[in-house]
Amino acid sequence: MNNNSKYIIQFTILFVSLVFTGRLFSLQVLDKNYKLAAEDNAMRPIIEYPYRGVIYDRNGKLIVHNTPVYDLMIIPKEVKMEDTLAFCQLVGITQKEFEEKIKTLKKQRRYALPSVLVKQIPGEEFAKIQSSLINYPGFNIVARTVRGYPYGTLANALGYMREIDQKGLDKDTANYYKQGDYIGISGVEASYEEPLRGKRGVQYKMVDAIGVVKGAFNNGAFDTLSIPGQNLYASIDIDLQNYAEQLLDNKRGSIVAIEPSSGEILTIVSRPSYDPNSLSGRDLSKNYRKLTQDTLKPLFNRPIMATYPPGSIFKTLQALIALQEGVISPNEQIYCDGGLIGDHAPPGYYNVHRGIKYSSNNYFFKVFKRIINQRKHENTFIDARIGLTNWREYVAGFGLGHKLGVDIPNEKGGHIPDTSYYDRFYGKNRWKFSNIYSLSIGQGEMLMTPIQMANLAAILANKGYYYIPHIIKGVGDENQPLPEYRKKYHVGIDSSYYTYVIDAMQEALSGTAGRAIIQDIEICGKTGTAENPHGEDHSVFMAFAPKDDPKIAIAVYVENAGWGGRAAASTASLLIEKYIRGEITRPWLEDYVLKGKFIY
Amino acid sequence: MRRPDLLINKVDWLVTVIYGVLVLLGWLNIYAASYNPEVSIFSTGINSGRQLLWIGVCLITIMFILVIDFKIYNSTAYFIYGFFILLLIGVLFTRSVSGASSWFQIGSFKFQPSELTKFATALTLAKYFNDHNPRFDRIKSLGFMLMIIGTPMGLILLQPDAGTTLIFGAFVLVLYREGLNPMILVIGLVAITLVVLTLLVANDWFLVGGIVLITAAIIIFWGKNMKTKRLIRIIVGALLIIGIIFSVDYLVNEVLPPHQQKRIMVLFNPGSDPLGVEYNVTQSKIAIGSGGWFGKGYLQGTQTSGGYVPEQSTDFIFSTIGEEHGWMGSLVLIVLFSVLFLRLLFISERQKSRFARVYGYSVVSIFFFHFMINIGMSIGLFPVIGIPLPFFSYGGSSLWSFTILIFVLLKIDAHRMQVFTR
Repeated sequence: MNNNSKYIIQFTILFVSLVFTGRLFSLQVLDKNYKLAAEDNAMRPIIEYPYRGVIYDRNGKLIVHNTPVYDLMIIPKEVKMEDTLAFCQLVGITQKEFEEKIKTLKKQRRYALPSVLVKQIPGEEFAKIQSSLINYPGFNIVARTVRGYPYGTLANALGYMREIDQKGLDKDTANYYKQGDYIGISGVEASYEEPLRGKRGVQYKMVDAIGVVKGAFNNGAFDTLSIPGQNLYASIDIDLQNYAEQLLDNKRGSIVAIEPSSGEILTIVSRPSYDPNSLSGRDLSKNYRKLTQDTLKPLFNRPIMATYPPGSIFKTLQALIALQEGVISPNEQIYCDGGLIGDHAPPGYYNVHRGIKYSSNNYFFKVFKRIINQRKHENTFIDARIGLTNWREYVAGFGLGHKLGVDIPNEKGGHIPDTSYYDRFYGKNRWKFSNIYSLSIGQGEMLMTPIQMANLAAILANKGYYYIPHIIKGVGDENQPLPEYRKKYHVGIDSSYYTYVIDAMQEALSGTAGRAIIQDIEICGKTGTAENPHGEDHSVFMAFAPKDDPKIAIAVYVENAGWGGRAAASTASLLIEKYIRGEITRPWLEDYVLKGKFIY
Repeated sequence: MRRPDLLINKVDWLVTVIYGVLVLLGWLNIYAASYNPEVSIFSTGINSGRQLLWIGVCLITIMFILVIDFKIYNSTAYFIYGFFILLLIGVLFTRSVSGASSWFQIGSFKFQPSELTKFATALTLAKYFNDHNPRFDRIKSLGFMLMIIGTPMGLILLQPDAGTTLIFGAFVLVLYREGLNPMILVIGLVAITLVVLTLLVANDWFLVGGIVLITAAIIIFWGKNMKTKRLIRIIVGALLIIGIIFSVDYLVNEVLPPHQQKRIMVLFNPGSDPLGVEYNVTQSKIAIGSGGWFGKGYLQGTQTSGGYVPEQSTDFIFSTIGEEHGWMGSLVLIVLFSVLFLRLLFISERQKSRFARVYGYSVVSIFFFHFMINIGMSIGLFPVIGIPLPFFSYGGSSLWSFTILIFVLLKIDAHRMQVFTR
C-alpha cells in the first residue's frame, strides 16, 4: 500500500478546485466580453413603425395613400401539415422554396418565432386564401402597408420607396435607418422623406432564448413613442395631371404647368412613364429591372432632368434684356432680310412686337449683337467678353444655367455658356459675337429643362418675378410650403417692358400657333422648334393665360414632333382650357393631339 | 456495561451540515433556473417543487439508512450488485427516450438504474478488497477488479450513456489508493494523450511512424545491453500503442454516434460549430461570465430567466450560480465541495476495515468526478458530457443516489469502533 497516494489524491482535489477558481476569475472578473454578450442576448429593441404621411392634391383628392398588404408569417414549430403541396399552391410558392425556408429558419434558431414566409400579399389575393388558411396551424398574418396610387399617374414626380441599401445606410449619418427599412428613393417620397416618415418608436424588451418577450427592459425607461408622419398637400391638380398624361400618350416629352402667382406646380408630366403602383409591393424588384431595361427610359424624369435647346421661346428673354439694357427702344424699326441667318419670317422692318410675333431670327440676331457688342472696349474680343458676361447675368436671373431648386430630386440646371466655356473652346479672347450668335435664337450651346421653360412663362406672366416651382404646397398641419418656396425672386427687368413682349405673344398665336387660340381666353404664347440633328425637330410651346390675370403658365416639349406650332401648342391650349374652364370645347383638337404619335 | 451511545452523536456532523447546505442551495438554484414569478417554489408543476418531493424521499431514506444495521452492506454487497446488473440489462429493452434507453418508467415515476449502480459497484469493490485482499501484480486479481468495474460500464455504454460510463473511471483513484502501481496511471495518461493526438492529427500513419521510429531508436541504442524479455516488452508495448491509435480512430469515427463525435471535435477545435454543440458551452460561459464579482442577485439573472443556456436545470445548473452569485458565489460553492471531499477522505482514512475504506474512497472519487466534469464542462474546460452536479442538478435519481452514497458511508463510519467486535 502506497501511503503517498492519499496525499496525491488530496492534492489532486485541491488542484482541480484551484484551477476552477482561477478559470472562473478570468471568466467572471477579468473578461468583460461575456457581460456584453449577455446584454446582446437578452435585450431586443422592438421597433414601432409610424404611419407614413399620405399626399393630397390641391383640391383635396388623395393621390398617395397607404394600402394594406399581408405578410404570411410562419412559426415552424407549430406547423402541422399533411399536404404540403396543396398549401404551397394555395399561397403561391413552390414546395422547394417552402422546405428551404424552414431549413434556414431552423439554422437561425427561429423555430418558435414568427418569420415572414410570403411577403406583401395584396388585399384581393389575400381575400382568396384567407378562409383556407384556418386549416393550417402555425401560420399567422401581419398586416403592413405599402404605397398605393389610386390614379396611377404622376409616377416620376412622386417617386417610389424601397428597402434601404448599403449606400443609403452609409449616407445616413444620423444613423436613423436600419437594414430592412423602407426609404423614399426618388421624387417627393425622397425629398420629403423626413416629414413623411415620422419618427420610429423603440421599445426595449427582455426576451428569452427563443425570442419570446418577457417584459420591458428597465421598466421602459429607454422606450420612445413613434410619431406618425406628416401628410403632404401637393399643388398638383390631379385631374389636369391625368388629362395631360393622356394627351402625351405615345409621345416622348414633358409638360410643366405652374401657377405663376405662387410657383406651385399644377401639372408635371414625363412621358413615357410607368404606373407608380408597379414600384410598390412585392413585385418592385422585378418591375424595376424591367423599367431600367426599357429603351424609352420611363424612369427618366424629363421635366426636370432632360435638357434641350429652348429654341425660339428664348427670344422673349432676349427682347427683355435688350430693352432693359437700352440697346433697342420699344418701337425702333430694324430692317431685316434673310441674309444673316436662316429665317421663316419675311424680310422687312421689325420692332420688338413684330420680331416676336413672326419669330424673326434675323431680328434677334441683330438684337443679340447689340447686347453683346456695346463698344465698351475697343477690342472686339474683349467687348464680346464683357457683353456675354453682362448678358449671362440677366439670363441667370431667370433661373437658367443652374438648378432652380425644385422639391423633386435629381434636377438638372441646363446650360448657359459663359466666358470660360468659350475660352476653353476657342482660347482666351479668341472668340467674338460671330462665334456665339446662335445663342440669339435659343440654339447652340444653350440648354434648358422643361421646368425652366415653364418658369420663364411664369416670369413673363408675373411681369418680372417668380417663386421657385414646387410640387408640395403644404407640409403637415401647418400646411405651409417649405420656406425656400415662399421667397419671391425678381429677375431684374423693369415690369414696363413686359407689355411689349406679352402683347406680341398674344398676337403671335394667330401667326405661328393658330390652333392654340381659345374663344374668350386670352392666351399669350410662343412657339419654338429646337433643331434636332438626329431626326425630326422637337416641338416646344410656352404660354400663359389669361393675359390680364394669369392663372396658369405652361411649357410643353414634345420630342421629334416637328414644328412647335402643332403638337406642343395644341396640347398646351387644351390644358389651359381644361384648367381655366374645366371642360374641353374643341374635341377635334383633342382628337388631333391624342392621335399624334412621335415615338420612333 | 455498555453506555447506550446515541447514534445521532456518532454521525459525522460536518458532512451532514455540508450535505444539508448543498441540498438547500441546490433546491433554491433549481427554482432560479426555471424561475417564473407566478409559480411558487413549492409548486409540483415546476422542477423545484418536484425536487422538494425528492428531498423528502431522501430524508426518509437517510433515516432508514441510519436505522438499518450497518453490516447489511457488507453481507449483501454482491446481491445488490447482481440486482443492479440485472436492472441494467433490463433497461436496455425499454423504449428509448431521446436516443437512450436509460430509464424505467412506472406511471409518472421515472428511475435511472445506472445512478445506483455506482453505489452497488462501490460496495462490491469494497467487499472484494476486504474479503480477498487482492494483489495488483496478479492477473487474476486485476481481472476481477476489471470485471467488477467494467461490467456496469459496458452495459451503461450500451444505453448509450457516455457520461455515466465515464464516471466509473473514478474507481481508478480508489485502486490507486489501494496500491495500484502509479505507472498504470502514467500509462493511462499517456493513453489519453495518445487519444487526443490521434484526434488532433489527421493522418494516423504519422503517429504510427513516429512510434515505430522511437521504438527502433531505443532498440538500436540500448538494445545490446537489454535482456530479451525486456526487448519483447518494448516491442509489445509499441504494438499496443499502435493498436490503441487505430481503435480510438475507429471508435470515434465509426462507433460513437455523430453528436458525441461533434462534442469531442468541438473541444479540440473551438468555434467550429458555434450554433451546434458549442452553442451550449458558449451560452453557459456567457451566463457565468456576466456574473462578475458578486453576480446579479438571486432570481435576477437575465441569461437564466431568458433560458439562453440549454439544459440549465440539469447539466448546466452551475451557470445559474455563476450568473446570479458571481465569482464569490462560485468560490463558496467550490470551497464547500472541496471541504466535503477532504472531510470524506479523512473519514475514509480513519476506517478500521478495508471494506469501509475502499467504499469511502469510492464515494469521494465518484463525487469528485461529477464535480470536476460538470463544472469543467460549464466553464469550457471539458467536453460536453451530460452528467449532473451533485445536489444541484435537477433530478431525483441522482440526488437519491448521492444521498445513499454519503449516508451509507456515515452510517458505517458511525460504527467504525465496532468492527473488531464482529
